[in-house]
Amino acid sequence: MTKALIVFSSLASLFVLYITLPMAWSIIIGLPHAGEIFGDSEALRAIGLSLYAGFTASAATALLGTPLAYILSRWRNKLTKVLESVLEVPLALPHSVAGIMILLAYNSRTGLGQLLSKVGVVIEDSFWGIVFVMAFVSAPIFVSTVRAGFDSIDVEVENVARTLGASWLQTFFRITLPLNLRHVLAGAILSFARSISEVGAVLIVAYYPKVAATLVVERFLAYGLASALSLTVVLIFISVAIFAALKIVLRG
Amino acid sequence: MPAVKLEKVSKSFGDFKIEDVSFEVKDKEYFVILGPSGAGKTLLLQLIAGIHKPDKGRIIIGGEDVTRLPPEKRGIGYVPQNYALFSHLTVYENIAFPLRVRKLPDKLVREKVENIASRLGIEHLLNRKTKTLSGGEAQRVALARALAAGASLLLLDEPLSAVDPVLRWELRSFLRRFKRENELTVIHVTHDFGEAIALANRIAVMNRGRIVQVGTPDEVFYKPSSAFVAWFTRSGNIFRGETARVEEGLSEIRAGSLKLYVAGEYSGRVTVTFRPESVIVSRKPVSTSARNHFEGVIEEVEVEGPLVLLKVKVGDDEVKAYVTRTSLRKLNLAEGCRVHLYVKATDIHVIKS
Repeated sequence: MTKALIVFSSLASLFVLYITLPMAWSIIIGLPHAGEIFGDSEALRAIGLSLYAGFTASAATALLGTPLAYILSRWRNKLTKVLESVLEVPLALPHSVAGIMILLAYNSRTGLGQLLSKVGVVIEDSFWGIVFVMAFVSAPIFVSTVRAGFDSIDVEVENVARTLGASWLQTFFRITLPLNLRHVLAGAILSFARSISEVGAVLIVAYYPKVAATLVVERFLAYGLASALSLTVVLIFISVAIFAALKIVLRG
Repeated sequence: MPAVKLEKVSKSFGDFKIEDVSFEVKDKEYFVILGPSGAGKTLLLQLIAGIHKPDKGRIIIGGEDVTRLPPEKRGIGYVPQNYALFSHLTVYENIAFPLRVRKLPDKLVREKVENIASRLGIEHLLNRKTKTLSGGEAQRVALARALAAGASLLLLDEPLSAVDPVLRWELRSFLRRFKRENELTVIHVTHDFGEAIALANRIAVMNRGRIVQVGTPDEVFYKPSSAFVAWFTRSGNIFRGETARVEEGLSEIRAGSLKLYVAGEYSGRVTVTFRPESVIVSRKPVSTSARNHFEGVIEEVEVEGPLVLLKVKVGDDEVKAYVTRTSLRKLNLAEGCRVHLYVKATDIHVIKS
């Protein structure tokens, strides 16, 4: 018993160490350089763009994905089950492939792309391209999180609201959505985190304007590890802050 | 005019099925739908509430055909088994919900909520979160919420199953009073026969998606329409037999080793049943007007609270009889005792097969 316990805790400690070491070490090495970010207008612009595009993408995902998650949760049949699997495909794709797919479908020479460009949305090397990519890769995370939330709400609660005089839509907005608010927020935060971490697909669709994750790659390739350090450590802090927010939402 | 009328309603939904159900509930009646779990009772209630639409048949509430109407247009109160309180709202906002949906001004909402809360004795709970309520409190809040919606027809799904047994007795009398004071028609679904007897003006017994008997508690209790109803109402003594002789309004029925005299003239194969409390138990033979007399040996003594169930071996058959705990002691009855059992011919009910 005790022997097994020792083996288990040793393996566990080793794994914990493996995960935490890079985080700790990057912070230790990078922290003295963190201040440099304030003099680095290119990096600041890239971070700002990442946050803005990430916010836009997760807001759009929340708006479109919440009704979808509700439908997937309440209408359980073969079609919705197939749909659910199809919608999870982006999770399994290599990110560069996801980028190619977005480019193929929505570039300004396709029919759809032409329609989009009429309302000022061109995806090649543009802000919208970044948003499209981010929404594509983070949608599955949002939908599955929010769907799980809807699943956990007793249908009888909705039934009762209806008998009390609320229409279907009133029931959704007054009862179901408020009951699921925590999951919607968590889904949005997770998709925001996923959005700003995306590199591969962004590189394909919109190398410019540069988001923070792209800039890290560029600086590393062009000038080496040291030059990417200050941006790296700032991004670590942003990610940690996002997850702290997630924990607060889930507990609150 | 009946408060609710179902005409040949059928529905299949998942594993549950309702088949060809018709019945009427009178105005201000306490109507209990009684059946084992899986009989389709909840589905039937949800059909009346409008949560599901029937595949066939019509549902009429207050003279209006509501078969195709959505739940919010039916004016009924529905209280599911777990009460389904809105956990993101306070007790106050739960009760206010139907009023807010109807866009009543705040002042009126407050007046109505406070009025209903005081009638149900839950004013002190108004600011509480629903998660902190006990089972009995949650039930009152759910009922208050249905009243606030102005419902005069209340559908209750197993309202007493989520509370502990001691509270259950209290809540029974509360429900009776609640129904009377608020002039409601109630349809109450349960699998508990005692609950049905205690509350119902009439009972509909349900089995496998069908209504098998509708009647007063006495009718269902003493004149079950089928062996199933007899079994489900714990009649205990159910025997299949053959009519041997008929004379002057009395039939002799042979069922296994029992020879039974029943009031009424019957023929052919029949099922007979009599309740354990209709059996008189004695240590010695006594002279009585009861036509049926059996002699047997007590095989088992089961104490059920104030009553004791005796299982008596008569020939190859078993007859069940209730005695009080006092009689058990006075007659000094125990397993292995030889006893005489007497049943009146009029206490035996014949189910036509």
